[in-house]
Amino acid sequence: MNVIVKLSYLAASILFIWGLKLLSSPKTARRGNLYGALGMLLAIVVTLTAQKIIDFTYILAGLLAGTALGLWLALRVQMTAMPQMVGVLNGFGGGASTLVAYAEYLRLGEAVTAASYDVRITTVLGLLIGTLTFVGSMVAAAKLQGLMRSAPILYPMQKQINAAMLLTIGALGAFFGIDPSRHQALLAIIVISAVLGVTSVIPIGGADMPVVISLMNSYSGLAGAMTGFILSNEVLIISGTLVGTSGIILTDIMCKAMNRSLGNVLFAGVGADYQAATARTEKRTVVRYTAEDAAMIFDSAQSVIIVPGYGLAVAQAQHVLHEVAKVLMERGLTVRYAIHPVAGRMPGHMNVLLAEANVPYDLLFEMEQINDDFQNTDVALVIGANDVINPAARTKKDSPLYGMPILNVDQARTVMIVKRSLGSGFAGEDNELFYDQKTMMLFGDAKQVVTELLRVLKA
Amino acid sequence: MSETLIVSIYVFVLATFVGVEVISKVPPLLHTPLMSGSNAISGITLVGSLIAAGEGHGGMSVFLGMLAVIMATINVVGGFLVTDRMLKMFKKDKKQRAD
Repeated sequence: MNVIVKLSYLAASILFIWGLKLLSSPKTARRGNLYGALGMLLAIVVTLTAQKIIDFTYILAGLLAGTALGLWLALRVQMTAMPQMVGVLNGFGGGASTLVAYAEYLRLGEAVTAASYDVRITTVLGLLIGTLTFVGSMVAAAKLQGLMRSAPILYPMQKQINAAMLLTIGALGAFFGIDPSRHQALLAIIVISAVLGVTSVIPIGGADMPVVISLMNSYSGLAGAMTGFILSNEVLIISGTLVGTSGIILTDIMCKAMNRSLGNVLFAGVGADYQAATARTEKRTVVRYTAEDAAMIFDSAQSVIIVPGYGLAVAQAQHVLHEVAKVLMERGLTVRYAIHPVAGRMPGHMNVLLAEANVPYDLLFEMEQINDDFQNTDVALVIGANDVINPAARTKKDSPLYGMPILNVDQARTVMIVKRSLGSGFAGEDNELFYDQKTMMLFGDAKQVVTELLRVLKA
Repeated sequence: MSETLIVSIYVFVLATFVGVEVISKVPPLLHTPLMSGSNAISGITLVGSLIAAGEGHGGMSVFLGMLAVIMATINVVGGFLVTDRMLKMFKKDKKQRAD
């Protein structure tokens, strides 16, 4: 029996790895996701038939409730709300790990004193990571959903307080390790980890959310892996680790795209300091253009690169934008989309939003692929993006954007920027490009401006 | 350190390498589905939850186990489903023109 269980877990692990491998191309990705789901189904069915389980009442109740809630969430969520969704799901993964770690401790009961140091250590780690993930993810989701202020919340001695909490957890963990009958130590660890989950995420602002979401993704995997250590269950360790690495890799990519270190995002609250410091002193004027002006430029253009930002998604303008793109393509223009790695609220979010509007993925280009082409492009059409096109990132050493890789929009022959106001982006840095001679500022809500542009183009 | 722990560490380290190999090949285009899909995989904690909930002793351990089953199931069902919803939307140009 045990051999069959173990071999099935191995098969499930293979399905997970294979599934992730198929995610490397949009053509096979859907099948990959299906393989992952099959692996999960296999692992669950095998576990249910394993002898350890003697009562199915609570399991069935839990499975039914969880399935209903999962279905409800997955079917009704909007693509713009995907980061919150992933955040909440991450949180549940972490929460489940905490509960399993604690339930396992209770189950051992008297035997717990006999349990080896391994189990004690992994239990403490499992509770810490699981709780941190649960609470941290919920806070991040609340920020993204607007239930909480998304700006960084800062207070004095922030780092010191967090460090003190971690040290306390370490001390309690050691306490529990020496005498595992100290049940209170574990409860205290859970409580402090929960507080740490709040205090470590509230100082992080909305712009840094891609980093937080990927980091929490990584934690939820690690929490699962810890549970695997506690139960000596390989499939848990393997899949937890896969998720952990995936999260860390994405976190690294996001940090590079913002030219920030992980420590900087986690502990600095950068945006907050800077925004307070730079009040715009000089007032400059820009030329305001209309959709008619823009349409005239397109009459003589041969190529255009569209740079979408989150402002586009919020205005739900991606559908009408693609209508514009289609009209331009019918006229024989080359139309491409340039996607900055941090466009949107989580890694790759903008790609999903554009896919929702039926923009074919072979029109989408990553920053490295397209950045050298701006200089040969007639029009760069920027919609609701700001910091990712700010030339200050190249030149202005004291700017928080300095060193961040940006899209070379300023090298195009004409730059069209659709924007609601002259307001600066998350980084609080004014954008020189707005005042450039070749820049056409089209003020207004992204959807209104693009709809107007479409009307004029079709006329 | 017990032998089981050593084995666990082996598995952990090797899985890290496999993870880096596989994940780093996923293009930025698919990073969001990667995240929600891999996240669904982290719902594998469900396996642990099932064992805890099915213990049959009643009491706190089983109750926590059931809560864990609920949370992990939301993670699994919601994660895979929403990933599929996203991946369905990725279309190539040719198909697009055929619409």
